[in-house]
Amino acid sequence: MFAYYFQLGLRSLRRNPILTALMVMAIGFGVGASMITYSVFRATSNNPIPQKSGQLYAVQIANWKTDDLDKGEPPSALTYTDAMAFMQAHKAKRQTALYPIAPSVIPADASRLPIEENSYAWYGDAFAMFDIPFLYGGAWTQAQDDAHAAVVVIGRKLNDKLFNGANSVGKTIDLDGHDYRITGVIDEWNPQPLFFDPVNTGGFGDPIGLFIPFTRAVDLQMSTAGNNNCNDTPGPGWSNWIHSECIWIEYWAELPTTADADAYKRWLTGYAAEQQRAGRFKWAPNVRLRNVTDWLDFNKVVPPESKISLLVSLGFLLICLVNTIGLLLAKFMRRAPEIGVRRALGASRREIYVQFLVEAGTVGLTGGVLGLLLTGVGVLGVGWVFDEQIARLATLDASLVLLTLIAAVLATLLAAFYPTWRAAQVQPAWQLKSN
Amino acid sequence: MQIKPILAALKRHKAGTVLIALQIALTLAIVCNALIIIRQRTEHLSRPTGMIETDLLTVANRWVGVDEKATPSLGKTDLEALRGMPGVVDATYANSYPLRGGGWSTSVNITPEKKKEMAHTTLYFSDDHALATMGLKLVGGRNFRPDEIDWVDPKAFDTTPVVIVSKALADKLYPDGSALGKVLYHSGATKPSTIIGIVERLQVPWTGTWAGNFAENAILIPRLLTGNFGSYLVRTQPGQLERLTKAAPALLFKTNRMRVIPDERGVRTFAQVREQAYKSDRGMAVLMGVVCAVLLAITAAGIVGLTSFWVGQRRKQIGVRRALGATRHDILSYFLTENLLIGAGGVIVGAVLAIGMNLWLVSHFEMERLSLLYVAAGVVALLLLGQGAVLAPAMKASRVPPVEATRSV
Repeated sequence: MFAYYFQLGLRSLRRNPILTALMVMAIGFGVGASMITYSVFRATSNNPIPQKSGQLYAVQIANWKTDDLDKGEPPSALTYTDAMAFMQAHKAKRQTALYPIAPSVIPADASRLPIEENSYAWYGDAFAMFDIPFLYGGAWTQAQDDAHAAVVVIGRKLNDKLFNGANSVGKTIDLDGHDYRITGVIDEWNPQPLFFDPVNTGGFGDPIGLFIPFTRAVDLQMSTAGNNNCNDTPGPGWSNWIHSECIWIEYWAELPTTADADAYKRWLTGYAAEQQRAGRFKWAPNVRLRNVTDWLDFNKVVPPESKISLLVSLGFLLICLVNTIGLLLAKFMRRAPEIGVRRALGASRREIYVQFLVEAGTVGLTGGVLGLLLTGVGVLGVGWVFDEQIARLATLDASLVLLTLIAAVLATLLAAFYPTWRAAQVQPAWQLKSN
Repeated sequence: MQIKPILAALKRHKAGTVLIALQIALTLAIVCNALIIIRQRTEHLSRPTGMIETDLLTVANRWVGVDEKATPSLGKTDLEALRGMPGVVDATYANSYPLRGGGWSTSVNITPEKKKEMAHTTLYFSDDHALATMGLKLVGGRNFRPDEIDWVDPKAFDTTPVVIVSKALADKLYPDGSALGKVLYHSGATKPSTIIGIVERLQVPWTGTWAGNFAENAILIPRLLTGNFGSYLVRTQPGQLERLTKAAPALLFKTNRMRVIPDERGVRTFAQVREQAYKSDRGMAVLMGVVCAVLLAITAAGIVGLTSFWVGQRRKQIGVRRALGATRHDILSYFLTENLLIGAGGVIVGAVLAIGMNLWLVSHFEMERLSLLYVAAGVVALLLLGQGAVLAPAMKASRVPPVEATRSV
């Protein structure tokens, strides 16, 4: 029966080609627009480390007076003073301070130009914290952190460039004129959004291809390649700067259980209270622990363009559905005589429901196919509205294809309920009489 | 035209009436808000930077493996080399430039008091070649003298005795127009800076809404920043830009190869800078424009579809009316009035929806308030759209012959 109704549906689509085309286009455009914007939203609101997002916490502490804060929230970065105090206290299972740096790799081959690589200075713990996969070797040790060792972990791409992909562990590379020994080469690792530092990356960007110990970077007085915010002039020189209230460091703690997180927060509040007693803070402790998803949310990683365009296109889809309800109503009611005949010949209301819902489903599916085409074209054009870094994350994959078709059919069926109900209410006697 | 019988007839077509009205209401709400987004996104597209944007090249540069103290001599060598190139009018080095995206922002005041912020501004660190290279128009005072230029560590920067400011900032600080020769204090400065020159216009590096209230407040500081990162700006002779896009970085590498000029966005003509700075604004405006156009088309199509159906359903009634003496014009105006009534209901609900949606967007995003003018324009547009859409089916209805009344009853 289903196949027969499906055939009937196709036949009826051909009967009023203009009305059908209108409906298919409405569904297609509505679903297409929604799916294009959804693909961007999905990419930007992605949880980059789902297995651990609830155990990793970004640490914040208000080291500025409330007037200098945004809505009373502690700043999104720390001072060197606080970050070092947290590292020394070592209260979490794993922890790291981190900041972006901009060293250049000087190839041994003097004929090649220096290479710029996205780089971070952090602690050896970070590799295990962030589940970073290694191709060769591994992270540097805590002893090497403590020794301010000249060691480096490089990414696969840089390893390919410098060593043609061979195992380079133990070899040295030259960063800005200083030699570093490679302890590990990481495999593909490119979480998007770049959750560990949305403050400096905006959340999206090229993979990070080079890491050196934080302690070493500070020894070499490498300034941050990211933001540095001061509420007062720090005074001349490196030493004044790192001991100032300027904020430029991100801090992460791995706290496996809620109890750990609670304990850490208590300790953090205690630390802030201590600073208050010591006279450094002239305000009550104001600290935050935010897990990965909260942190991305707090830093507004999903661009407002993405949210607004998703909302607008959902509204667009809604209008298309209202439109479809009207057109289906017109289409179905025009066939009242036919329904009357079927009902008089013994078809139950249920049969009418099934027939017209199948017909609507056919419209939905056709609209879905059109929507799919539009989505395909639209996803290619995402770069028009969004940054290249975000645009390339928006892709038409199997799940989006499926979602597009399902959304189209479901939306149309939803729209078809009222017209179908009206069709099923047709009184056979009435129709037969008037004809 | 009598409205009562139309209302009575509509009561028998509740579903269709509600659907058309709803569609008009939702369309109005979305189109109004899309228009606000378009306006917000496009209003700055044509904002001039204050520079002469043709024949201007930007080169981002990072020195490799050098001490901060060494950068002044490297910078001087680079600048001399660039200025000596055939086809180059002038060149300068700066921490940032308009539309670049990143830069230095700070608050500024005319007294050393820290608390009160009179205005927000950007600081451009450059030299006495900045005006000529950027093509800024001096409307008062003078340019920097070479002996006023120095290099400074950005972390140790405090203040300079002299500065050049944009006219917008000068007027903000000294509304009576007497800024020239007066002083200003930017945040953190312990000593005053004297305004020795005023340029007609100079935009900040940012294009975002957040920088909207200080978009043309800029201070030129006669200091070049040490540290290994900055941008060269090169003004070329007409017709030389394309050649220098390749030749300038090549010369820099020849002068000193221990540097990185990024592959992406390293060397850009100012036309490219402008295009990239406003890309997402323009894209968003186009997207909203397309959404509006498609929405209006779909709404019109929906009205055509449903009205055609009604006309088909009422052929007999129309025939009867015609037989009883109604003219074609009566039938036509019946359907037009019917649509106007439905449309009026729709736009009333729609106007409320539009304002509600806008209030929500304002509270959640950096959106502007919806001006009632937009709502009014939207209302008129949708009513006209409805009348236009209904015209074809109404004409068809008016052509129903009176003889239809005698058929099939």
